[in-house]
Amino acid sequence: MSDGRIELFVDDVPLWVERDATVAAALLDAGVTAFRTSVAGEPRAPLCGMGICYECRVTIDGVAQQRSCMTRVAPGMRVHTTQHRLAAVPDSVAPETDRADVVIVGGGPAGIAAATRAAESGERALLIDEGLGPGGQIWRPRANGNVLHAAARWIERLNRSGAITRATTSVIDLQQSSSGILIRAESMGRAIVIEAGAVVLATGARERFLPFPGWTLPNVFGIGGAQALLESGASFRGKRIVIAGSGPLLLPVAASLAASGADVKLVAEQTSRANVIRFASGLWRTPARLAQAIAYRSAFRRTRYRTGTWVAAASGDDRLRAVMLTDGPHRWSIDCDVLCTAFGLVPNTELAILLGCELQDGVVVVDERQATSIPGVFCAGEPTGIGGVDLAVLEGELAGLAAAGRSTDAGLVRRRRGLERQAEALDRAFALRPELAALATDDTIVCRCEDVRSGAVRREWTPRQAKLYTRIGMGPCQGRICGAALECTVGWPRDTKRPPIQPVRLSTLATGSHAVSSNS
Amino acid sequence: MTAPRSSDAIVVGAGIVGAACAAALARDGWRVTIVEKTFAASGTTAAGMGHLVVMDDSPEQLALTAYSERLWRELEPELDPRSELDHCGTLWIAEDERQLAALSAKHSAYSAAGVNCEIVDARALAEAEPQLRAGLLGALRVVDDSVVYPPGVALRLIELARGNGARVLEGREVIGLAPNGVQLRDGRLGAEVIINAAGAFAAGLTPGLPIVPRKGHLAITDRLPGFCRHQLVELGYLTSAHVMTSESVAFNVQPRRTGQVLVGSSRELVGWDASINRRILARMLSRATAFLPSLSRAPVVRCWTGFRPATPDSLPLIGRWEPMPGLWIAAGHEGLGITTSLATASLLADRIAGRPTAISCEPFSPMRAMAAEHV
Repeated sequence: MSDGRIELFVDDVPLWVERDATVAAALLDAGVTAFRTSVAGEPRAPLCGMGICYECRVTIDGVAQQRSCMTRVAPGMRVHTTQHRLAAVPDSVAPETDRADVVIVGGGPAGIAAATRAAESGERALLIDEGLGPGGQIWRPRANGNVLHAAARWIERLNRSGAITRATTSVIDLQQSSSGILIRAESMGRAIVIEAGAVVLATGARERFLPFPGWTLPNVFGIGGAQALLESGASFRGKRIVIAGSGPLLLPVAASLAASGADVKLVAEQTSRANVIRFASGLWRTPARLAQAIAYRSAFRRTRYRTGTWVAAASGDDRLRAVMLTDGPHRWSIDCDVLCTAFGLVPNTELAILLGCELQDGVVVVDERQATSIPGVFCAGEPTGIGGVDLAVLEGELAGLAAAGRSTDAGLVRRRRGLERQAEALDRAFALRPELAALATDDTIVCRCEDVRSGAVRREWTPRQAKLYTRIGMGPCQGRICGAALECTVGWPRDTKRPPIQPVRLSTLATGSHAVSSNS
Repeated sequence: MTAPRSSDAIVVGAGIVGAACAAALARDGWRVTIVEKTFAASGTTAAGMGHLVVMDDSPEQLALTAYSERLWRELEPELDPRSELDHCGTLWIAEDERQLAALSAKHSAYSAAGVNCEIVDARALAEAEPQLRAGLLGALRVVDDSVVYPPGVALRLIELARGNGARVLEGREVIGLAPNGVQLRDGRLGAEVIINAAGAFAAGLTPGLPIVPRKGHLAITDRLPGFCRHQLVELGYLTSAHVMTSESVAFNVQPRRTGQVLVGSSRELVGWDASINRRILARMLSRATAFLPSLSRAPVVRCWTGFRPATPDSLPLIGRWEPMPGLWIAAGHEGLGITTSLATASLLADRIAGRPTAISCEPFSPMRAMAAEHV
């Protein structure tokens, strides 16, 4: 644990918390389950843990509707749950301008590698990330100060490279301009306008959630979401946990929750045993990964790992109490405090779509140099296809070099091909079973922002029609959660994008243009 | 004219104006077919603010909007929760002495038209809307102005039309109008009466209609219940709407039933370019924070654009299109189509049935532009 605790106020009650925790982690540890009250009156708490779902919104220091998972606690901070009042205080912060040769959006492995390579090539490289520090989801800086070994190596190299890092900064708009790309962002309520010669989109991925009865209950988290909350300072010690979902993330998250003192009751993987064995037997090609898998498994060996098993429903009152699981023929219930559930990853392609980059099958099309169809715009990591951390780093390096105008490294290109084959094997192994598309009943909420129920949405509608008729996808997450679910369950395509690509202070949109005109 | 029972009428366009016309004609006994190229309420109806407002840019506009608000009150029992009707009223805000004086004139004109309204002084204004900046001089409160969710109302009006036997063809594009029929991309439909209610697209079907798309931006915040209670409009809004300059912005903010704050407004003549113009969006939002300073910290969740079907004299085109027998126009409502949809439908239905109309239709004749050209 880091040095000391600080005092903040939650609904006017003093609370002592770890100084490096996020507000979401602090509230969870204090036993808060109703962060906000939903449109239909349900208590809601964090789901994604990484700034995507907007379920963890609270009022922080008089500013309503703030994501508590993206905000670090501060001494004397005043947090209000379940009410959203705006203090009558205007924004008076002047916007800021900046300029860089290469701007990298997203500070995960791909972004860190891209920024490092671009800066090492002598460019002014600027790395922008929404999180509290570079690392992204997989290399997230822990609230306890620990950093993963591979992450530490790259983050050190990043720091030596001369790249500049802007943390807690959200990019809300990208636009082609005469000299390159114009970037509009916001950091701690302050508008920033950046002119870039080239941009690397390294925006990573989020988890895919599929609606089932009870999935909106507090203490139902994503799988990576639970990991993110754990790393942000939340404690799962003594909690009875069921992990039910799909993909290679289940084992490492089960291992780290168990290591933190949680009682992991069951890990349920929806894909078949045959698929898992086929995938695992392919791991001999990469001994390091095999060793890693064995280490994860031994970290919670008393826990049952069931394949061909998925969640059918969750139940509870003001919070989760039990989970109903099924393997097809059978259904059974497990009492638990926490459910971690997610079904693979969805690439964050919003900025690429906004810029007009070509996409195919939901991922950004890039060439050997990671260049997109838009001049000066490169893309690396998960938005070009879910491929995992090693591939992300490699693509990041290639994109960083290309954005800096350097020639392509043939060795990197060869290694990328091998990693792409692994990613394809992963895709096949964890393909989602059709039963998962039918878990929601008519009464199940699909759009958590607007509380639109499954029965209100008709398959024959277009996504825009459904949005106008039911409000589905009209909320602050802009359809990132329900859109990815409906892509799976109904086969709807992703919606078009307009700025801002995520909620932003009105003052940021109001001052953006002044900054540009005074600058040019 | 005899009662037109069991004759066919076609309404082109299922926006709120087409939906209202279909409901009115179906009630009169017409066999109505609504033909819509995409889906109901997908065009300007989907993009607008949904402000039911009395406006007095001209005496004709005042008569039309005041009449329409009476019809909205009659329709109210038929509306359902999808309509999100909210009787919030409008505050027309005066910033300076000149505008304050104009409020009195506005008050007289509205009162003479039977509109329920009152002058609110500076102190009462600050009490009614504490988020407004200090130093504003007063406002005119128009009591019966309201807010609706336009797609919800349009769907409800179509339902009412269906209840009287209307049918709706969605995803069917009308590519040409002819006497006694319309040409679809995939076939032809015959009818005695055809109503061009294609909004901003109406001129494409009836060349000669003086309608141009006038682009607007809107931004909506996250839920901030109680932030403001009335539709708030600067008195200068009328000037912004009236003058056909290439671009203008005006303060126009609306509390939604959801607790969200909807922020407008902008006007641009840029053809059909629907992209967000960041510069004019910034101007529009700056104008809003000039009146509501603390709005600057509100999270904006979405921005979008839409196209008002604008006419040169800011009045809609309602009535017979003489060059083509059987063709009637219900289009060109600029930013007032939600408010005036019901009056438009009522006037047209009365005209078609040969009944006397509640207000004079002459000023809205679609032929007036042609007449002006020949002077």
